[in-house]
Amino acid sequence: MATETKPSETNSSAEHIGKWGMVIDQDLCTGCQACVAACAMENNISFVGEEDSGYGRSMHWIRIERFWEGVYPEIKMTPNQPMLCQQCLSAPCEPVCPAYATVHSLAEHINLQVYNRCVGTRYCGNNCPYQMRSFNWRDYERPKPLDNQLNPDVTVRQRGVMEKCTFCIQRINKAEDAAKAEGREIADGEFTTACAQVCPANAIVFGRTDNPESFVSQLARIHGHGVKHLEELGTLPNVTYFKGG
Amino acid sequence: MAENNKHAHNSEGYFREKHLMLDPLPRGQMNAMAMEAMHHSTWKFWTVFAILCVIVAYCLVYSWIKMILEGLGIAGVNRPAYWGVFLVNTVFWIGISHAGTFISAILRVFKAEFRRPFTRAAELMTTFGLVQAGFSIFMHLGRIWLFYWLMPYPNQRMLWPNMHSPLSWDLLAITTYLLSSTMYLFLPLIPDLAMARDRSTGWRKIFYRILALGFRGTEGEWTHLRNAMTIFAFAIIPVMFSVHTIVSWDFASATRPGWNSTIFGPYFIVGALHSGMGAVVMVLAIVRSTMKNMKYFIRPEHFDGIGKLMLIISMAWAYFFFNDYIVQWYGGDKWTHLLLHFHEAGPMGWMWFAMLICNIAVPWALLWNARWRAMPWVTFAVGLSINIGMWFERYIIIPISLTINRMPFTWRMYQPGVEIPLGIGTLALFILLYMSASKLIPLIPVWEVEEGQMVHELKKFGRETVVSVSDLE
Repeated sequence: MATETKPSETNSSAEHIGKWGMVIDQDLCTGCQACVAACAMENNISFVGEEDSGYGRSMHWIRIERFWEGVYPEIKMTPNQPMLCQQCLSAPCEPVCPAYATVHSLAEHINLQVYNRCVGTRYCGNNCPYQMRSFNWRDYERPKPLDNQLNPDVTVRQRGVMEKCTFCIQRINKAEDAAKAEGREIADGEFTTACAQVCPANAIVFGRTDNPESFVSQLARIHGHGVKHLEELGTLPNVTYFKGG
Repeated sequence: MAENNKHAHNSEGYFREKHLMLDPLPRGQMNAMAMEAMHHSTWKFWTVFAILCVIVAYCLVYSWIKMILEGLGIAGVNRPAYWGVFLVNTVFWIGISHAGTFISAILRVFKAEFRRPFTRAAELMTTFGLVQAGFSIFMHLGRIWLFYWLMPYPNQRMLWPNMHSPLSWDLLAITTYLLSSTMYLFLPLIPDLAMARDRSTGWRKIFYRILALGFRGTEGEWTHLRNAMTIFAFAIIPVMFSVHTIVSWDFASATRPGWNSTIFGPYFIVGALHSGMGAVVMVLAIVRSTMKNMKYFIRPEHFDGIGKLMLIISMAWAYFFFNDYIVQWYGGDKWTHLLLHFHEAGPMGWMWFAMLICNIAVPWALLWNARWRAMPWVTFAVGLSINIGMWFERYIIIPISLTINRMPFTWRMYQPGVEIPLGIGTLALFILLYMSASKLIPLIPVWEVEEGQMVHELKKFGRETVVSVSDLE
């Protein structure tokens, strides 16, 4: 398995929680954008407005990419492609940050963005082959009633910092704390990310990839033809895609 | 008559007119000329000075404050072009700053005599260019008020900059270069400051007395100064090469198609020398035509000499450009192919062709001819063309290459916003600093010219006039 890191690294860490991963079935995705909305609600993502969004400044941590084949009018839609941070095990965004704001979490095996350490060189954004990092270009206003729905578990980011999908780390931590208090392991499916939770077609499944019995691992086995995006770059993504099966 | 014409090219008058080193003036007179050039300023100077001040105040100060208060949203950077004109300007100004050291240090090490009158003009460009590069790179930070987090300073949280990041290498390299080039500018300046101190009154006297560090011109002082200058001249050359190589690693060590090219180090250095030479020649042409007494110091022979260097560097640049292009094309990566095609046939294709015309066609077409090369306005035009071409080159490498990535869904063009006034502001500040410096310090290293003139001698053997050179050092 290309996605395995050295066992000594993963097991020796006292804080080791588990390797989290995601599978996305593109054949099931209807492109309804519910995950995009849910992610924005869960993670306090700013609304940048039509103009900035059209100029490539939308800040969604997940996006549905739509492509077509052929030349108009004979075009054929290809399956929708939900893209989010692939939580690479060997992430190109991490080494390039001069301030250590982009770091790897050994405990959850995800890429963390330390908002309050970020100075905004945007090198990580350039170096992300998936283009899944978003930058706070301005102070975006939240219209009046919307400020009441901010998620208290998630930091509101300042202008000038980079941000990205965290695999809803606040939910991972909450579940981990609950399990720890009760002296047990987290059960599979006990919690999930906002995007997976809201997906009406269950196209997104989140769970532990280091547990062979978890639903994500089983799905990966059943489908057997999972694809990692841009695998040839050696980024070792934690998100697997199914398509055309 | 025919006899005279035949020997005209080696008569004494011919040599004196052509070469500064063979046209000595009494020492006192030359010092007075340098002082006069410094003191004498016309109303035109002050008009330009005032206009530049206004430009700096609006374009640099006001726009920058506005951008700090409102965020990078008012600039043109977006996804995927996270880096835009700020980085283009940074690379551009670092490039400009290269020729100063190149001309001064390399020509000094090789004892190229024609360097003598313009080493300081070139070194000043290095220091002031680096200041603009520093401004440009800090402008681009999202949270500029935290820039000191990029510096290695002791702190309670034991946080350290990430030395894996090419940006950290960059910061160290540029800081080293700024410090060493400033010292290298200062060392040969000391005797001239002492000269100015002995010839001025009032606040200028105090100013020069402080800066001259009590230089009296004793044997021991000269020995120390020469030793220090020799050490710096040799030591700064690898620093110069390292700086632009490291700047190129910002791109070359990234995963972007079109960026991760192993030839970027030397390609960037040659590109930097290319634009820097063009800038030196522009500065010299302007200084020569606007400042008093400069026509004596800066002569067509200097434009001829730098013109040859420009031609050679242009050829080297063409080679590296071709090398970079052909290897990337031959590599066969589909994203790189898309990108290369986008460069020349995309919406900004005109810039790609303009770059080749400005950087290769114009210098090659004009600089091969010794007579054209010696005309200041011709080399000025070529220098301007090269600088425009090299700015285009950086623009193509940064925002245009960023437009194309491996995620076609995010492809989007980049339109500069507040970058334009800020870029103009750095240019205006550069000129402003240079103009101020030209009135505060002797722009011509008088002692170096005098030294060169003492070394060179015209001797007559029968009818032949022969140039003889003795080595002082």
